[in-house]
Amino acid sequence: MIDLVRKPAGPAERQAGFAALSELQVPWIERFLVVRGRTVPVLRTRLSPRDRLGAVKVRWGFGRGAYRVLPGLYAAGKPGPDSPVFVTANYKLSFDALRSSLAGIDGWVLVLDTKGVNVWCAAGKGTFGTGELVSRIAKTRLGALVRHRELVLPQLGATGVSAPELARRTGWRVVWGPVRARDIRPWLEAGRVKTEDMRRITFTLRERLAVAPVELVHSWPLAAAGLVLAALYGLPADGSWSSRALPAAVLLAGLVPVGALAFPALLPRLPGRAFSVKGAVLGAAWAAACAAFFGLSPTASASGILVAAPVTAFLGMNFTGSSTFTCQTGALAEVEKGFWPMAASLAAGLVLGVVSRAPGA
Amino acid sequence: MRYEYLMNGGSLHLDPDACVGCGDCVDVCPHGVFRVENGKARIEDRGACMECGACALNCPASALSVKAGVGCAAAIILGKLRGTAPSCGDAPCAGKDQAGCC
Repeated sequence: MIDLVRKPAGPAERQAGFAALSELQVPWIERFLVVRGRTVPVLRTRLSPRDRLGAVKVRWGFGRGAYRVLPGLYAAGKPGPDSPVFVTANYKLSFDALRSSLAGIDGWVLVLDTKGVNVWCAAGKGTFGTGELVSRIAKTRLGALVRHRELVLPQLGATGVSAPELARRTGWRVVWGPVRARDIRPWLEAGRVKTEDMRRITFTLRERLAVAPVELVHSWPLAAAGLVLAALYGLPADGSWSSRALPAAVLLAGLVPVGALAFPALLPRLPGRAFSVKGAVLGAAWAAACAAFFGLSPTASASGILVAAPVTAFLGMNFTGSSTFTCQTGALAEVEKGFWPMAASLAAGLVLGVVSRAPGA
Repeated sequence: MRYEYLMNGGSLHLDPDACVGCGDCVDVCPHGVFRVENGKARIEDRGACMECGACALNCPASALSVKAGVGCAAAIILGKLRGTAPSCGDAPCAGKDQAGCC
């Protein structure tokens, strides 16, 4: 990987040399700044329609692997030796959130190599960590560009970066900025005073739904399995196959949007604390509603409910990874305690499904 | 809106004798768990703690400890299947920007 601080020959070549690097021929770099014999790419602080489209695509799980930017040092506006340094991850959504919040602000942007993962996740894994920060400061020779020794880090980076350790190892001091990049301007304007809101992570309906599409896309094998089960349930393939298979298909395949979209939307309103319990309640309710709508027999209804509950319990449990407030001890308890009841319910549901299709049932 | 999950903050421990009252834990905690009063930090809302570990990692006096880890069932299941600690696998997890994923 090419580092942004590689030294070309003279000022003109520097400009030309950098502009020729394919990694730097990207729409989010506006121009190049030559400062103290260094060439630093200057960021566009306005997102283009392409950036926005890319954000939508990546939310749906497409092209995520390549959704990263080159780690290194960038500039916003016309930064000088006293300008603040903002640190972020090389996941393009995080990077875009930061640069689009820096319109009219002169500053340096230090992009860490988090392997294309956002700040909070990368901090949890340790890639947005003290070690990477120390080495990135050295590689970019940041100390030669600024007079101060202060870095503004996103607050959620605190899970991976230890400010006391960084100070011991490098002498750089961390200022924990707001959780959300869009609060940077008001935070700077208020004299770097964080309000309680700027410090708190939220999980609003919008935020819950923003992370839902990926779960939906990842759940297609479940939907496919549901359709196969429904087709089998409809057998024999006579004239009334579809009248049996269709309700089953709606009930079973519907569990995916119910578990991946309705679940996050309704999360705070679902009963219980465990995500698996919330999911099971939602799935059972969906199956019961389908059974009532299609007028299924009591055995078939019970089968649907027993199959549906563990499926949505599982989808719900998986949503712990997208949530902003679950802890590992709880998730572990939920996985361990939930497994056998879920497996038993699924098995019982499948058996009942077969029974309900037996002659005379 | 305040969310609460299972066993939140169960492993969070604050040693008031070691605490220097700097308030860094208040500054890094995304869930408002701490409060500084009379020169000492106090756990005010343990139930909101997601055990992310930011406070312990950034406490200059090492007065805080917490068993930190990703609160992600998928990572736990993957870890169990592989017989390792909870792991996000090799692929970076899905496009989660603000949410705390694995």
